Amino acid sequence: MSLWEYANPVKFLGISTQILPFIAIGATACLGVGLVWGFFFTPDDYRQGSTVKIIYLHVPSALMAINAWFMMLVASLIWLIRRHHLSALAAKAAAPVGVAMTLIALFTGAIWGQPMWGTYWAWDPRLTSFLTLFLFYLGYMALWRATERPDTAADLTSVLCIVGSVFAVLSRYAVNFWSQGLHQGASLSLDKEEHVADVFYQPLLFSIAGFVLLFFALVLVGTRTEIRLRRAQALRARRAAA
Amino acid sequence: MMPELGKYAAAVLSAYGVSLGILVLLIFGILRRNKRALAELEAAESQRDG
Repeated sequence: MSLWEYANPVKFLGISTQILPFIAIGATACLGVGLVWGFFFTPDDYRQGSTVKIIYLHVPSALMAINAWFMMLVASLIWLIRRHHLSALAAKAAAPVGVAMTLIALFTGAIWGQPMWGTYWAWDPRLTSFLTLFLFYLGYMALWRATERPDTAADLTSVLCIVGSVFAVLSRYAVNFWSQGLHQGASLSLDKEEHVADVFYQPLLFSIAGFVLLFFALVLVGTRTEIRLRRAQALRARRAAA
Repeated sequence: MMPELGKYAAAVLSAYGVSLGILVLLIFGILRRNKRALAELEAAESQRDG
């Protein structure tokens, strides 16, 4: 069976109906375990004090803010190359989830930054590229709303998504590209020496898994919504033309 | 049960409060839009059949 067969909206609706409850339950369980474990049962950090508990929200949301954009990029490229409507609708559905993740990352970062850095905001390379990514998300959503013809909207937003990917990459690697600014390096790394201590790492993994599953669950629901709206629009147009 | 958050209590609690608030708004917004889309599609299909 070809992967492209799943790009059929009817097939997608059938499969998503089956898998959605499992993803939603997994998201709730992982988020519950990660956040409760992290908030109630982890010690304070010797330097950061209790603000270290913000890591269970900040790191997963920042990770998903960037990865949501990459998912949108892949879906946009599929739309531009193969013209599968489902991929354009999936990208559209991912945008509000991505913008919420970016907002959480920016807000929790600012809240953590005030006591740790002495400021809510600095024009640091990573922070600035993250803010730009947030503006790209808003622009992407506005472009979908502002363009009347769905295929034209999908074309324009796909191009915008490709352009915005520069800032998604910068958001992730700005710390490595420019060794300056306030933001520290990655909290998670394959190099055990680099990432956070195990006592914070394990609940953080649950929290990340929860955010990833929540993202997939919401994108599935959002894509189903877009398919239904598109179908209703087509039926109304057919009726008006008859 | 509540952990001792010390002098950073306001920062930690507001980070959790606002983040969970954003997530709840996001989830309800998406579910509400899905419900509206389903109703819209059913109305369009019943008009077609009727």
